[in-house]
Amino acid sequence: MILRPTIDDLKNIGYYLGKIIIGLGLIMLVPAVCGMAFQEINPALDFIIGAEITLIFGLILTKICHSEKELSWMQGMVVVSLSWLVAAVLGAVPLYLSGHWKSFLDACFDSMSGFATTGLTLVQNLDHMAYTHNLWRHLIMFIGGQGIVIVALSLFVKSASGAFRMYVGEARDEKILPNVVDTSRFIWLVSIAYLVLGTVSLAITGILCGMKPFNAVFHGLCIFIAAFDTGGFTPQSQSILYYHSLPYEIITVVIMIAGAMNFKLHYALWTGSRKEILKNIETIGFFITIVITFFITAVGLAQAGVYPRAMMLFRKGFYQLISGHTGTGYQTIYAQQFFADWNHVALLGVVCAMALGGAVCSTTGAIKTLRVGIIFKAMIEDIKRIILPEKAVVLQKFHHIKEVFLEDKQVRSALLITLAFIVLYILGALIGMFYGYPFFNALFESTSAAANVGLSCGITQAGMPVGLKLTYIFQMWAGRLEFMSIFTLLGFLVAALKGK
Amino acid sequence: MMPKKVYILALLIAGCALCKTCFAAPVSSKELISDSKAYNGKVVIFAGEVIGDIMRRKNFAWLNVHDGYHGIGIWAPEGLTKEISFTGSYKAKGDWIEIVGVFNRACPLHGGDLDIHAQSIRKVSSGQPVIERLNIGKRNYSLIFLGALCLILILRKLS
Repeated sequence: MILRPTIDDLKNIGYYLGKIIIGLGLIMLVPAVCGMAFQEINPALDFIIGAEITLIFGLILTKICHSEKELSWMQGMVVVSLSWLVAAVLGAVPLYLSGHWKSFLDACFDSMSGFATTGLTLVQNLDHMAYTHNLWRHLIMFIGGQGIVIVALSLFVKSASGAFRMYVGEARDEKILPNVVDTSRFIWLVSIAYLVLGTVSLAITGILCGMKPFNAVFHGLCIFIAAFDTGGFTPQSQSILYYHSLPYEIITVVIMIAGAMNFKLHYALWTGSRKEILKNIETIGFFITIVITFFITAVGLAQAGVYPRAMMLFRKGFYQLISGHTGTGYQTIYAQQFFADWNHVALLGVVCAMALGGAVCSTTGAIKTLRVGIIFKAMIEDIKRIILPEKAVVLQKFHHIKEVFLEDKQVRSALLITLAFIVLYILGALIGMFYGYPFFNALFESTSAAANVGLSCGITQAGMPVGLKLTYIFQMWAGRLEFMSIFTLLGFLVAALKGK
Repeated sequence: MMPKKVYILALLIAGCALCKTCFAAPVSSKELISDSKAYNGKVVIFAGEVIGDIMRRKNFAWLNVHDGYHGIGIWAPEGLTKEISFTGSYKAKGDWIEIVGVFNRACPLHGGDLDIHAQSIRKVSSGQPVIERLNIGKRNYSLIFLGALCLILILRKLS
């Protein structure tokens, strides 16, 4: 028998959702203040209006649903999945008011793309956008990359158990420190330390490239945020090609890889365990998959013959591949070049890299290398079972911060999520085909959306069908939250309709 | 003295040879990107608005020129960029320029970038600063919502 959610369930969900919305409203005041400092009055007003609407909504929700109770697992998951949807809609208000998006749905698309750290965009006339709106586009990537709930955890939530339930709902099932609030604060600390370092490096490089100092610093900040949070938005329409600079590309590659690393690994490095990087299943898996997928891409590019020199082939091929593998989506070629100049073999390498993704407990999306490693280890274990005598005890272990014995529970979980991602990639591709796009183009864009990458082969544009926009929004949302909280939300809705 | 027919033939051959390397009408970025193989290594005319920074590199400079479809990188001797006074941003409409230069599908000098190496640049029209005027509607809405927000805060305090 399915039990219908009680009023207390709804109140608890509404109360925590309201708190997260208030947090979002307060963050909107940052670009509002910056807009005034930049003397961009109308953009500042867009954010004042956005913040006011968000705060009003959050305050009403917390008042109506006031609750002192702890969140249950189900409630925590529902809060997370709803908070990402609500954040995408409310975060789109100042974007839409800017006039750079053709419809509110397009602004919601970009808002979800930002929060989910995807990087696909429907923006118009980006090169004339105000600093204020550009700052918000990148700030939402920072908030989304850290996890919307993590932001709220750091600001409001003092209770550790309720916090952990929401933390898990955001696809971060690893605690770096014993307390989840301390974990979220550590993630902030690491991110802010890298933010300063990365922004300074990019700003200096920008100045040396010939940019005006203010632009160099602003671009440095935006590019760092979108690279470390593996987002992929850029302040200019040409993505990283705008800078025409090899040092800029090298620095962004380093930042993208840092962003794709597990925060636990960052913690190990920060506390002096440098050998961890060489032993960890994720870093080993990441390295191996980069080598394999780059080999496929390089063979394809050599066949296509578009880059006559090896260095050119490496620079273009490796950059798009790393960008795809880390889930960032920065490009140093035009979207249309993927299918105009690259062949299907080269694209297959990039699609595989996008589908695999980076580490768990990082800002990347997709299947993730830990799961790939676990599935691989399980295969080795099964092969050993077949080869070795029946009475032999076969134990498989892997190194992930500590030595871990492989259990069926881990393998089942890894396989389930992997299967769910594959279904999501194919579902998006089929819907793309339904709208008349060729299979491989549709698969490329669908994988990019569902794996929160942001590389585009040109399908994503303001003129694409509404159904496809909604599909990609759903894929970005589901891919970022890794399904569990979304399944819980669906179950919750079914229980609300059919429960007794 | 050569016969008249030989002159005409020579002119025709020269004309055909020029057609192979030079496109007299401006080409859009859309055409350049989607049909890059056909334009590779040819002299093209490309026109658009200068956007962002002019990035000087020794005696050369990078410009990014947007024609309404895409921005394309223009590698130009620094002297050719001196005429440019406005570049497109939120606060300015950039100069509209016409570039004659060699199009590279994958430039060997610049790590495989799709770019144009400028031979000449002509300013077609000058840009201008964009003067921002306060949007009264937005101001009014922000005041209305501020009032509503204050009311909610007061009611919360009272209850």
